Amino acid sequence: MKFGILINEGPYQHQASDSAYLFAKAAIDKGHEVFRVFFYHDGVQNATCLSSPPQDDRNITALWSELAKEHNVDLVVCVAAALRRGILDENEAKRNGKDAHNLADGFRISGLGQLIEAGIQSDRLMVFGD
Amino acid sequence: MSEGTIKKFMYVNRKPPYGTVYALESLEVVLIGAAFDQDVSLAFIGDGVYQITKGQSTSDIGMKNFSPTYNALGDYDITKLYVEQESLTERGLSVDDLMDIVYEDEDDDWAEKPSIRVVSRAELADVIAGQDILLNF
Repeated sequence: MKFGILINEGPYQHQASDSAYLFAKAAIDKGHEVFRVFFYHDGVQNATCLSSPPQDDRNITALWSELAKEHNVDLVVCVAAALRRGILDENEAKRNGKDAHNLADGFRISGLGQLIEAGIQSDRLMVFGD
Repeated sequence: MSEGTIKKFMYVNRKPPYGTVYALESLEVVLIGAAFDQDVSLAFIGDGVYQITKGQSTSDIGMKNFSPTYNALGDYDITKLYVEQESLTERGLSVDDLMDIVYEDEDDDWAEKPSIRVVSRAELADVIAGQDILLNF
């Protein structure tokens, strides 16, 4: 089955991203496809490479980056939600006159149309949020 | 799924318009999603019914009052706004407290018709069961 995943909450404060990650991993392990993971609302905070949790805790951003690398999962961060919350890639940093960018490996910034497309293309769209 | 697929998308709005950004960002998805020519409806349940109440004013809280945007939904061919009766009643509200959100029916000589459909919890459950995609905000 082809799954789309929507994550609406940031890491650590909520379990949404952890649950979504475990779901995505389990689905892939069972031979299903994850068409796209879309990060919206505070969910965009999952994409900051500046997150530095203590060593004995999981690094949620790094887990997503690894999953993207190993299984070629498309991790998309909503541009409008991301810019509001200070999540920028190199292009957006330049465009907005910022001297730093923090989008982690494996993530890309794009528009909300990518979420709708994930809904259309996937057999199921799973929403992880509050 | 082919390019021409039409799915039933429902946006389920459960939170008040201010206090968190869910309602505003939900509306942003609805407006962007309208370009995809899908079968779109909205549901307002729980505190979500406050999103479409009349006479909202945000001048004292430093936030944009985005409630007029709901009036534009008809122009985006979004004409089905389900409001749960029980959620209204539980909050001492009635349909008279909601904005007069309308659309122009192209199949009926562009007659103006109400977009808001007040339904019971049981009726809404049936509508939700018939959807392909549920986006909960």
